[in-house]
Amino acid sequence: MPKEAAKTKRSDSPFNHKARAIEPVDVFDPDEAQAEYLKRKKSQLALIKKTDKALLEEMLYQMILGRIFEERCAEVYRLGKIGGFCHLYIGQEAVAVGAITAIDKKRDYVIVAYRDHVQAMVAGISPEAVMAELYGKATGCVKGKGGSMHLFSKEHGFFGGHGIVGGQIGVGTGLAFAQKYRNDGGVTLCFFGEAAVNQGIFHESLNMAQLWKLPIVYICENNQYGMGTSLKRAMSLANIARKADSYGMYGEFVDGMDVMAVRQATMKAIERARNESLPSLLEVRCYRYMGHSMSDPGKYRTVEEIKKYQQRDPILLFKDSLKEAGVFDDSEFEQIEQRARKRVEEAVEFAEKSPFPSEDELLTDVLV
Amino acid sequence: MAELTMRDALNQALREELLRDERVFIMGEEVAQYDGAYKVTRGLWREFGDKRVIDTPISELGFAAIGVGAAMAGLRPVIEFMTWNFSILAADQIINHAAKMLYMSGGQFNIPIVFRGPNGSAYQVSSQHSQALEAMYANFPGLKVVMPSTPADAKGLLKSAIRDDNPVIFLEQEKLYGTKGEVPDDPDFTIPLGVADVKRQGKDCTIVARSLTVPIALQAAEKIEKEYGVSCEVVDPRTIKPLDIDTIVNSVKKTNRLVIVEESHQFCGVAAEITAQVNEKAFDYLDAPIKRISSAEAPMPYARNLEAAALPDVAKIVAAVKEVCYL
Repeated sequence: MPKEAAKTKRSDSPFNHKARAIEPVDVFDPDEAQAEYLKRKKSQLALIKKTDKALLEEMLYQMILGRIFEERCAEVYRLGKIGGFCHLYIGQEAVAVGAITAIDKKRDYVIVAYRDHVQAMVAGISPEAVMAELYGKATGCVKGKGGSMHLFSKEHGFFGGHGIVGGQIGVGTGLAFAQKYRNDGGVTLCFFGEAAVNQGIFHESLNMAQLWKLPIVYICENNQYGMGTSLKRAMSLANIARKADSYGMYGEFVDGMDVMAVRQATMKAIERARNESLPSLLEVRCYRYMGHSMSDPGKYRTVEEIKKYQQRDPILLFKDSLKEAGVFDDSEFEQIEQRARKRVEEAVEFAEKSPFPSEDELLTDVLV
Repeated sequence: MAELTMRDALNQALREELLRDERVFIMGEEVAQYDGAYKVTRGLWREFGDKRVIDTPISELGFAAIGVGAAMAGLRPVIEFMTWNFSILAADQIINHAAKMLYMSGGQFNIPIVFRGPNGSAYQVSSQHSQALEAMYANFPGLKVVMPSTPADAKGLLKSAIRDDNPVIFLEQEKLYGTKGEVPDDPDFTIPLGVADVKRQGKDCTIVARSLTVPIALQAAEKIEKEYGVSCEVVDPRTIKPLDIDTIVNSVKKTNRLVIVEESHQFCGVAAEITAQVNEKAFDYLDAPIKRISSAEAPMPYARNLEAAALPDVAKIVAAVKEVCYL
């Protein structure tokens, strides 16, 4: 590599953005991430104090609901109540909650991959409709036709639930295209895992999104494993946020264990999309505690590794901050958890009692 | 009525639908400033501007996906593939996404999109630019497959495809773009999808042909009538899916003989499907085994003589009709 090129400053780039936040430092080790977290803790506490208490409660409730819901899914899956593939979100709750609570539900869209239960609930689909779908019941949010990977709700601007790795990156780009075409002020949040970044559709989509200035926020949930293959074994340049540079797009690393950080970054990206009609790529670094799906024995990583990340559990971090900021006390945490637990039980009961779809449904919703 | 080429009939259909419905837009490689690789979109960018007629990078998968997403959000995209060969790069979006969205969303999200462009052979463009892909796309529930053979059909069917609430695979043919015919100029002229057209009445043998093979079958029918006094009926299904099997079966019940001509490969093809359905519905009416004429079971060669040998032609059809008529 010529020395001249190496010396080129970021500000010399024709695509330099004022708001650029990419640092060359790769904060991925949980200890380093924690050190960064402690550095911004003071401002985070100040932010929490400024935030509406009802919203904070909703965020915490959604995170706990998501955690308990997924734990319950694992139980009923083992009992054979849920079939097929079942990808659990445990450990990543801060990403869905931080990002999706930042949208304007009246006009913004959300599209996700197949690890979609928690994102669907945060977007507004009831736990009952999600659980019933996992049970393959007629009362499920897609009438038992989609299952775990294909949750949809037009009413809630939730565009699925997609099972082909990366496919929804392109479809989400099309949603943002439609929002811009109609000039309706809407923004699309498009979620995908880090392994999807290696698909061609990621690059084709980001290129066109920046070229046409589409109002979209690409949220890469980097949980570090594409099924059993670690990021390190699959990606030549593992700093995903920096890949935005290739398209002259804004990119940013976000601590995916810190729900307030995810929310802040998403809000800024939404503002950029809404006001300037510019896309962003957020690389949200998180960790999945469970296997890729329920059938994954997880032999590609150690228990120590998992435990190390669990020390920065997003629910624990958030509760600590809420307590430190003096917003909630232990008894309130207990109440929120009880509420979530009750709701999950109601969802399971609803799913259990619901009927399977009528066989007449086999040939409906397909017109050819 | 005016006499138009198929190219101009398609252009007129696109223009009328762009005028009629603000949600319709055209997207693809070279569709705007270049006026379309085959000039089907000529003049539309100048008339409708950047918002409605959009040049894309060479990213078939990406812009097909943008079309699918835009359709999900309520727009009505017309996505041009410069040729259908390139659609294979976008097959994930067409097959895994567009075709399945309505079903797997429990009926919530339909995909009103048209994918269109030239399909089948051209003029010595060899293996990667000559494929006829209707059998592949027709295999997937959720997709409609349309193949016009005349300028009027092209216009009426394309307008219906754009107004349809489902994904439609609209297969044109480069060799037919220049063919002329009377085309209604009424902006409300449409031809419903799923209705075959009898292009020539006859009583002795039915020839089912589509797209490029329709004019070839008509030529063959004239020749057979003149030379052998055999009267052939030529049925053009116009849409492969849904397939108007009744019109085909009714014709076979009258003629008792069937030859099917297609530009695609034979194995697991559309002719095979029609054969199976006719066997199920009209077996007792057949006086001879059904005969299929398809492309050779080889990638398309470049050399002029080999290319001609690979494709259906008048002589092959005449021979097949003679065979089923025991002449």
